[in-house]
Amino acid sequence: MADSRISAPDRTPILEARSLVKTLGGNRVLDAVSFQLPRGQVKVLIGPSGAGKSTLLQCLNFLMPPDSGQILLDGREVNGASKKELCALRQQVGMIFQDFNLFDHLSALDNVRVALIKVKGMGKLEATERAVAELKRVGLADRAANYPANLSGGQKQRVAIARALAMDPKVMLLDEPTSALDPELIGEVLAVIRDLAQGGMTMIMATHQISFSASLADEFLFMDKGRVVEQGSPADLLGKGSASRTQAFCAKISELTGEAPEAAECRL
Amino acid sequence: MSTPYLEFLRAELAPGLLEGLWISVLVIVPSALLGALIGVVAGVLRVYGPRPVRVLTNGYVSLFRGTPLVVQVFFWYFALPYIHFGGTGIVLDPLEAAILSFGLCSGAYQSEYIRGGLLSIKRGQIRAALALGMTTRQAVLSVVLPQAFRRALPGCGNEIIYLIKYSSLASIITVNELTGTATTIAKNTWRNIEVFCTLGVYYLVLVTVAAWLLRLAEDALSVPGFERPSN
Repeated sequence: MADSRISAPDRTPILEARSLVKTLGGNRVLDAVSFQLPRGQVKVLIGPSGAGKSTLLQCLNFLMPPDSGQILLDGREVNGASKKELCALRQQVGMIFQDFNLFDHLSALDNVRVALIKVKGMGKLEATERAVAELKRVGLADRAANYPANLSGGQKQRVAIARALAMDPKVMLLDEPTSALDPELIGEVLAVIRDLAQGGMTMIMATHQISFSASLADEFLFMDKGRVVEQGSPADLLGKGSASRTQAFCAKISELTGEAPEAAECRL
Repeated sequence: MSTPYLEFLRAELAPGLLEGLWISVLVIVPSALLGALIGVVAGVLRVYGPRPVRVLTNGYVSLFRGTPLVVQVFFWYFALPYIHFGGTGIVLDPLEAAILSFGLCSGAYQSEYIRGGLLSIKRGQIRAALALGMTTRQAVLSVVLPQAFRRALPGCGNEIIYLIKYSSLASIITVNELTGTATTIAKNTWRNIEVFCTLGVYYLVLVTVAAWLLRLAEDALSVPGFERPSN
């Protein structure tokens, strides 16, 4: 076991998955997926839709419990946690959804504040201060009073990021954070994500923004049919002369989005 | 010939109906509140409760929606005293029996509106709440229910409008509310057309006032994304 090594707490991966399996409607959506996510690292999940990226992310914080396999959060096994422990563990894992999932009946401020008050038991004043600080961090302090119905998609996603960050997560899971956005709104969300990564946040992100994530990721995991089929640094997988499936896939996406196939590579 | 209508209204009908009106309000307000409370609790349990609780609450709704309200009123007033719990039957006075019947019946319908409201809220809302570390209970109570309630409010208000009118059934167990009082006056004076037409107007006014109050409630709870289209 990992414990037999000389103890070096910082080397413990923040998040580790060991042969996760999930079957949905007779389909093996996750087929023995394993990885280790060290502190401060950014991993990017790419692959065709239906590859299991979303399912993997939802399994990681037990929104969808895996059928088998283990998940370790900061060295602690998540499987077998009681409901109460699970709530405590989930606080350490920030989750960003493709369709934002802001609480529609609450203002931006309350979206960020509600869990601080209900889950962390913060006083209203302290929670407000924290929420305003997080909204400022994503550049939306002036939108605190707005309801989701009066925010653009990009603003909604940034509020969602502020909401997750307010809980002081050790790791962030981002499930295609820009896929539901109009092209002109993607940039503002990516900028926030880049700031996070540069601030040292540990992240795992499913995305189709290849060139952006290539500049950010420590590692790409290419998934297909529930398996991680390729794994490596963006440079290795996308570099010239690489015959990886990752590169073939990325070239195809780039073609569709009008991005030159080499663009991803150039920005490395 | 008898006195003209306006004189009859002023001297006899209006004072009588006014008394009845207060009794009606005394029946309607507690029944409506009881019904709304039961409706919210039962609605939430029918969607998010553990299976046995779901079965139980669904059974409650089938029973109270599936039997005539008159039968329920008779049961609580005439039958309950004969059911012995440890030696004594429970005797309700007419007003209590009426409030209990209407509250329980209304709650069954209300729970259906609340259930519809709950089901209309996207799964993602609960998932986001859980992802922040909320318990399922917190997620339902502070994220899903407030939204569902806003969606359900027009239906719930509709049920309260119905309740105002079926509160007239209290008269059959001797509660002298509007309809009971009107019947007595009609019997004594034989001025049926005037009495019952006037009675109708009283209900119309009650319903109009209730509709106005419900609109105020809707406005008070309105937030962007959940508002009535303005025109």
